[in-house]
Amino acid sequence: MLETRTMPCLLLDDGRLVKTVKFKNPRYVGDPINAIKIYNQKEVDELILLDITATRQKRKPPFDIIEDVASECFMPLAYGGGIRSIDDMKRIYGIGIEKIIINSYAAENSRFVRKAASEFGSQSVVVAIDCKKTMFGKYAVKTINGTKDIRMDPVAYASKMQEEGAGEIVINSIDRDGTMEGYEIELMKKITDAVTIPVIALGGAGSVDDIEQVVKEGHVSAAAAGSLFVFQGKDLGVLINFPTREELEARLVQE
Amino acid sequence: MITIIDYGMGNLRSIQNMLKHIDVPSEITSEVSKIENAENIILPGVGAFDTAMANIDNMDIRDILRDKALVEKTPMLGICLGMQLLGKGSQEGKAEGLGLLDAVSKKFDFRKADKKHSVPHMGWNTVNPRHHDSLFQDMAGESRFYFVHSYHVVCENEDDILATTDYGIEFTSAVQRDNIYGVQYHPEKSHRFGMQLLKNFAEMYRYA
Repeated sequence: MLETRTMPCLLLDDGRLVKTVKFKNPRYVGDPINAIKIYNQKEVDELILLDITATRQKRKPPFDIIEDVASECFMPLAYGGGIRSIDDMKRIYGIGIEKIIINSYAAENSRFVRKAASEFGSQSVVVAIDCKKTMFGKYAVKTINGTKDIRMDPVAYASKMQEEGAGEIVINSIDRDGTMEGYEIELMKKITDAVTIPVIALGGAGSVDDIEQVVKEGHVSAAAAGSLFVFQGKDLGVLINFPTREELEARLVQE
Repeated sequence: MITIIDYGMGNLRSIQNMLKHIDVPSEITSEVSKIENAENIILPGVGAFDTAMANIDNMDIRDILRDKALVEKTPMLGICLGMQLLGKGSQEGKAEGLGLLDAVSKKFDFRKADKKHSVPHMGWNTVNPRHHDSLFQDMAGESRFYFVHSYHVVCENEDDILATTDYGIEFTSAVQRDNIYGVQYHPEKSHRFGMQLLKNFAEMYRYA
């Protein structure tokens, strides 16, 4: 069995799919429903869908888009963006989404994660942590789309989220986002050493080699990528793509 | 028409979304009269065993589900926790299951395994049918499904085991006794494999 999951991470900005570089310069890459239909055909393991402007614009999650997406998505999907209430979570699960990602609000109110986990079960509650390297070589946790420093070490914060009942953690590197230079392996290793729940690495994937490296050296349970699965070639033309099962198995199955 | 039982546990809409995609009519209901008249039944479920059985008892549908399965022989498919509820009970709690199968759900125990695997078992894995059954009809080659679970069904009666899956240990990933089916994985989230399985289940009613 291939125990590692590989998943595209799609970013929503005002209903359109975009891809950022270091959380900036969103570039339009297409329509979410169309992308999801292609990922269905490619038999992707799982999908992440993040509304990257919901929290900053103090918006609720875009329920209509989530509903359209759910009706076309025949693989597990984790949605994140603008999650601040149990009622909104209930509504999203009701639409047919199995996992919900909490980011900024988990830092603001960690008891919310506990409440969500007890209400919906840990396996449905994911916490995403956006990390940025500091001048002193350490890592900082940033919320609200990378704009607010919560003054906490990512390892301690990830452990705290595990205690609160998060079922999985997404570790996203702001510095690597959209660069396609490879994952922040050291950071992933620190986190996977500290927690027992599955860790999903995000930020920096530029090739299947990078995925292999973060799995084997970073010991993550899953690798997520944006640019890698929406761009193609040296000129980075938009082309929704995903490696075949055989390709992933050849690289990732560990004896 | 497939009747998806809404007893307050789990992801009903994703099942309906996939059924719609493969042109199988379905209804999500918690109404006793609709359950009594169901032509075939999907019992979904995500969450805790005891809460699920408490909800079923609060709705007063335990005996109805048993009658449908055992007397009327209505095709019934339990998915994930819904499969575990078909048994007598679970290590997860104290509640009594529906008792349609002689089985109990147990937590993954890797003492006899080559290595310790993480729990929950989350991700895609291969399902190996033990014998031919119409539920797995027309599935070319390897069939892969998406799993999320910490407990798995252990059958007392070997004949009830329809398929197994390897996760450090070989465990029962699908059960069947006559018209009663259960799958530990989520067909509704398993691409073409799930579509084929649900299509096969829908046909069972039509040609029963």
